[in-house]
Parts: sequence; C-alpha cells; structure tokens
Amino acid sequence: MSRLPVRKTYKLFIGGAFPRSESGRTYDAEDANVARGSRKDVREAVRIARQAGAAWSGMTAYNRGQVLYRVAEMMETRRAELAAYCSGPDEVERSIDRVVWYAGWADKLAQVIGSANPVSGPYFNFTVPEPTGVTGILAPEPPLLGLVSRLAPVIVGGNTAVLIASESHPLVSIELAECLATADVPPGVVNIITGLRSELAPAIASHMDVLALDLTGADGDVAELERLGAENVKRIVRGRADSQSPYDIAAFLELKTVWHPIGM
Amino acid sequence: MTKDKREVAHRPETAAIPTGWEYSPAPESREVVHLEERYGLFIGGQFVEPLSNERYTTIDPAREEPLAEVAQAGKADVDRAVKAAREAYAERWSSVRPSERAKYLFRIARILQERSREFAVLESMNGGKPIRESRDVDLPLAAAHFFYYAGWADKLEYAFPNRRPRALGVAGQIIPWNFPLLMLAWKIAPALAAGNTVVLKPAETTPLSALLFCDVVRQAELPPGVVNIVTGDGRTGAELVSHPDVNKIAFTGSTEVGKAIQKTLAGTGKRLSLELGGKAANIIFDDAPLDQAVEGIVNGIYFNQGHVCCAGSRLLVEESIYETVISKLKRRMRTLRVGDPLDKNTDVGAINSKQQLDKIGSLVQAGIDEGAEIYQPPCKLPERGYWFAPTVFTNVAQSYRIAQEEIFGPVLSVLTFRTPDEAIEKANNTPYGLSAGVWTEKGSRILAMAQRLRAGVVWANTYNRFDPASPFGGYKESGFGREGGRHGLESYVALDDA
Repeated sequence: MSRLPVRKTYKLFIGGAFPRSESGRTYDAEDANVARGSRKDVREAVRIARQAGAAWSGMTAYNRGQVLYRVAEMMETRRAELAAYCSGPDEVERSIDRVVWYAGWADKLAQVIGSANPVSGPYFNFTVPEPTGVTGILAPEPPLLGLVSRLAPVIVGGNTAVLIASESHPLVSIELAECLATADVPPGVVNIITGLRSELAPAIASHMDVLALDLTGADGDVAELERLGAENVKRIVRGRADSQSPYDIAAFLELKTVWHPIGM
Repeated sequence: MTKDKREVAHRPETAAIPTGWEYSPAPESREVVHLEERYGLFIGGQFVEPLSNERYTTIDPAREEPLAEVAQAGKADVDRAVKAAREAYAERWSSVRPSERAKYLFRIARILQERSREFAVLESMNGGKPIRESRDVDLPLAAAHFFYYAGWADKLEYAFPNRRPRALGVAGQIIPWNFPLLMLAWKIAPALAAGNTVVLKPAETTPLSALLFCDVVRQAELPPGVVNIVTGDGRTGAELVSHPDVNKIAFTGSTEVGKAIQKTLAGTGKRLSLELGGKAANIIFDDAPLDQAVEGIVNGIYFNQGHVCCAGSRLLVEESIYETVISKLKRRMRTLRVGDPLDKNTDVGAINSKQQLDKIGSLVQAGIDEGAEIYQPPCKLPERGYWFAPTVFTNVAQSYRIAQEEIFGPVLSVLTFRTPDEAIEKANNTPYGLSAGVWTEKGSRILAMAQRLRAGVVWANTYNRFDPASPFGGYKESGFGREGGRHGLESYVALDDA
C-alpha cells in the first residue's frame, strides 16, 4: 500500500520564524500554494531586520564568517531538496561554494577595503568599512545561484536583508530559509517574502528604513523603483546575478574615516 | 587633569577678556586680482559667448557690490559643453598616456600654488570667507588635492585589485558656494586622474574662482575640452544632470537637490555620487580637555560662517560640565571678530548671499519661537553686506527645527546628555550622517563612540580637518560616494573584469 506523502506548507521567513502572510493570501507558483506577502509583511520584516542589525554588525567578523560557513554546511546537507527547486545539482554546488567563498571574506574586508591615510599633519587617520543597514533585495534568476550571489555579499558585511523572492520560482528561497534557520544565522538577519513583485517591490523600494536596495533581480519598472529609493537617498545596486566579488560586498558598505591628533 | 584642577583653571564668565582691544585694519590688497567686466563660458579650451544670451551679475557679498557679469548657460550651452567634453575624451584625452595625464595634474597643482594669493583674495571677494581661511585652508588644500590625484593617474590598477579600471567618459559636476575652488579641486582632480573629461558648473553666487581656474587650465596646456566650465543657476545644473551624453554626475549641495538628481537619473544607469547636507553632533564628555574642546566647538560651527556641510551644528555636552562649557564658549565667542573678509584679523566673514542670510534668519527666528534661548556676543556688524553674528542656542529640544534642519550658518544648537548611550542616540537621531565630533581623554571611549556614530567622518579631539588623502562623504541622507583618498577614485572609474 502506497504511503501518502506529507506536504510542506510554504510560508514567509521573518525574524527566524515561518509565518503565513498577515493577509492570509496565497498564490499559485510551482504547483504550490505560496504565501502571497503583503506590504504590511514587508514593513514587519524591515522592522525586524532593523532590530537585528545591531547584534549582527556588532558580531566579530570571524564569527560572521563562521555563521556563513555554517550556512554552506546546511546547504550541503540539503543538496537534494535545493536541487529539486533550481536547475539541478550543478547550480546547488556552485551556490554552496559561493557561500563558502563569501564566508572567508568576513574578516578580510576591512584590510582590503579600508585604509590608513597619510594626511599632512599630526593626525592618525584611518578608514574602515561599515554596513549600510537594512538592505532590500529583489531575488534574480537563476533561482538559487542568483539568490545566493546577491544575498551573501550583503550579509557578510554586517547588513541585514529583506529579500523579495522570485515570483515564479519562490520555493527555492524558502528551502534556503530553512538552511539559514538551522545555521545559527540570528533571527531577523535574513527575511524572505514571497508574493507578487508588483505589490512587494515598490513597498521595499520606498521604505524609509531600508538604506540600500539591490535591484539586480528587478524585472519591472526599474526607473520607478529607483525613483522611490531616492526618497531617502538609498544606495541602489544593479549588479550581475552570477557575480562573485568583494566589490559586490563593498557596494553595501559605508566608509567611515576617523581622525585623531598625535601628540604627547 | 583632575576635575578640581580644571575648575581652578577655569575663569568665570565675568573675568576680564580682551574684547575691548582695537585691531588696526589689516586688509589684504585686492590689487592682485584682475577681473574682466564680463565672462563667457569656458568650452573647448576657450571662452565663448553664451548661446542663451543671458547673463547675471556676481557680487561681493561683504560690500553688496558687483564684481563681474557672468553667463547664465542654457540648454544649448550645456549641450555645447558636453559635446566639447565628449570630443576631447574621444579624440584627445583618452589617448594621453596615464603618466602624461599625471603631469598635467601636477602642473595644475603647481600653478595653483604659484597663484595662490590671487585665488585666495578672489575667493574671499566673491564668497565672503575670511582671507585667513582662503589663504591657509582653501588654497593649500585645493593645490594638494591636484597633487595627490596626479600621482594616482598612472597607478589606477593598484587601487582596484583584480580589476581593470577605465574612465567613464564625460563627468558632469555641480559644486556649492561654500568652498568654490576647493570643491572644484575635489571634483576635477580625481575625474581627470581617472581619465575622464568634465563639464563643471560652479555655484550661482561664486563663479569667479572657477572662471579664473580656466586660466590655470590654459597655462597648464591641458588639451582643449578636457575641462569645461559652465556658469549659471540651478537651471543650468538641471540641464547638465539630464543631458543624455553625460556618463556620470557628481553633486555637492543640499539633500533636497540631491534627491531630485537621484530621481532624474533613476533608470538611466548613469553613475552618481552625492555629497549632501549634514547636522553633525559635536560631543563633549566631562573628561575632555575643555579649552581645546571649546576651540573645537568654535572651529566646528563658526569656521567659514558655518557654511560647511560637516559643521558641528549640534553641540552635545555631558550634563555635569554644561555650565562650564557654555560659559567658556560664550566667553570665546566674544573674542570672535566679524567683518571684512579681506582683513587678516577677521574670524567670521560675510554670509554668502542674501538668500542664505534670509534662510539663516528664518531658522533662527524659528528657534526663538519654539522656545530656545539665544545668545549672540556683542559685535558691530558692517552696515552694507550680508552678516550674521555668531549665535548659540541653549534650552534646545531635539524636536526643534534648529536641532533638526541644516542651517548652514553660524548658528549652534546645544543639547545635553548623561550617558554615552544617550549621546549616541541623540547624535544619530537625524536623517543625515556626514560627520561627528567626540571630545574625551579616554581612548577606549573615543573608539567606542567612533564605532557607533553613524557618520562618514568622525573627528576625535579635533574638528573640521580635511586632507586629500582622507576620504570624505556621508552615511544615510548625507549622500554616497567618497571624495579624497584611494576611495575617491571609485566614483570616476568603471571596473572591468581583469
């Protein structure tokens, strides 16, 4: 006698938990009833991401690197599940290796991106990179590699993220959320909202507590999203879905320069 | 120093202070500056008449006297300048070897040093800033900026590991009136070093040093069209921003205009860097060296009449030393000499324009209306010209407009705090994030505060220091991109895969 499989309910990922949309709505994607997040869900996710920022950016870089490496470990154990929702094992492996690559950057960024500045006067002067803050990401395709390529550089630098999943391929983002939830990523560092782009993208682009915006995965009216983002001078990034670069990390970092006199 | 000793050292507010001293006038001669009656636009290596046929008069704000007529560039003029810059980029500048590019910039640095007195006097005449400041800050820094970036021109690949940096093309640059020549240097030096050509629009009220700079360009024998200067008001800037053949816009000015520019460029893929407003906190802890801190407070807010985006316009004083700091500050304010910008004894010069004077006046009135307590030292302001006495507000609530909005004038708002956490909370409670100051003798506290302040520049036990090697720029609504240092190059290069 055949066994009836237990299906998974696909929900949002906010503050380390998996709630349904506050709106109670779902939409049909990849043969599943996927949570159709609302603007209010976006606002809640931003609030939580903002709260999570202090602890995540205050963690030592070494620790943040270990957490990212742990994400790769969790992905490795769920290769089959992840593969089922993207183009296959090759994409999964490349994605895992990319997370490992970024994990190693955590405690090298300040040395490569920062500087000691030889000013003409008796001052000690240095520049250090710091996270920008809450970052909105519109997930690009390919579903898993694109997701990882845009998310990892944002969080490795100490930012927290609100990620709007691919509208047509949302399930892999929830699979990834399950890896994040079991990888010691503190609750709220990554939040994932599934739903319709036309509702969610303007909500994240216009939110005044979102300080950076990755529109690499934007497919609609990019100009309008950028205009909304300008209202609080967001750092807006349109990169490549398949890139792997410390410059992608730097795009979500601020540079702080500190001066102090030298004297006895 | 123990607290007791410090109190002994502190003289009460009533102590005799040398406010009664008379200084003989020590004016710098204006003879060194030779102004034309009217200026055209500098396009393609020569001055041309504006196609718009519109002109306006630029004045000396300290005397309200006309200095020269300058062009109000229109759409066709901006187009002509961009075309000249494009042609120069394609046909001349991009084939100049980087090491030769460097030498042009070194030449410019040297010529600025050689002609620094002329530039300093002109800067003070057209902008109202004290000659001591033009002479000792603006000019040396402007020359140093060209010298610094000159050296980068043939070393760009070392600035961007694993990338091939290349120029963007034509950069449109719009600068403010508070440091006219220095802001020009901040814009043009890195742009040229990276191999771009530029169209620069100086501020409406301070075009003359940029127009004199055209003569430096001529003397340096820079190929025609590499640097183009178009004068005019905000309309000229808007034409430059929306011109389809400009690859990059660099803007320094108000947050309001910065947002409008970002919106205009939305979706175009053009590169943008913004250096916008600020409302910096200058934080004084009870263990700070108070006399030095008071100098830092004064330098922080009264330097350049407070026309400084990174001015320390919000003073945060630890409650236990509040009375002492305020009394020392008021005492020091009474020694500030306000007046003729060309006088070498002047500390605070003229307000840059009538419009800015009105803005400062209305915000100060708002401060009084909202219930803050105003103090201005007795000082005799000249009858002609635009002047505003150094001003400090106490009893300021965080919600007051004078604690929230950028005044861009010699007006300080004082708030107090009890704990470092409260200081951080108040300091960061603004949409801006350009700069901050911290005064304390405790090293670990300096670093903790520096880490937690959301600002692009933190001055610890000093304030308003600038250097071409030191990156400058904001967090949050103070803009993005850095000027100065290796990081300042990033705004002017595209990074191809190696």
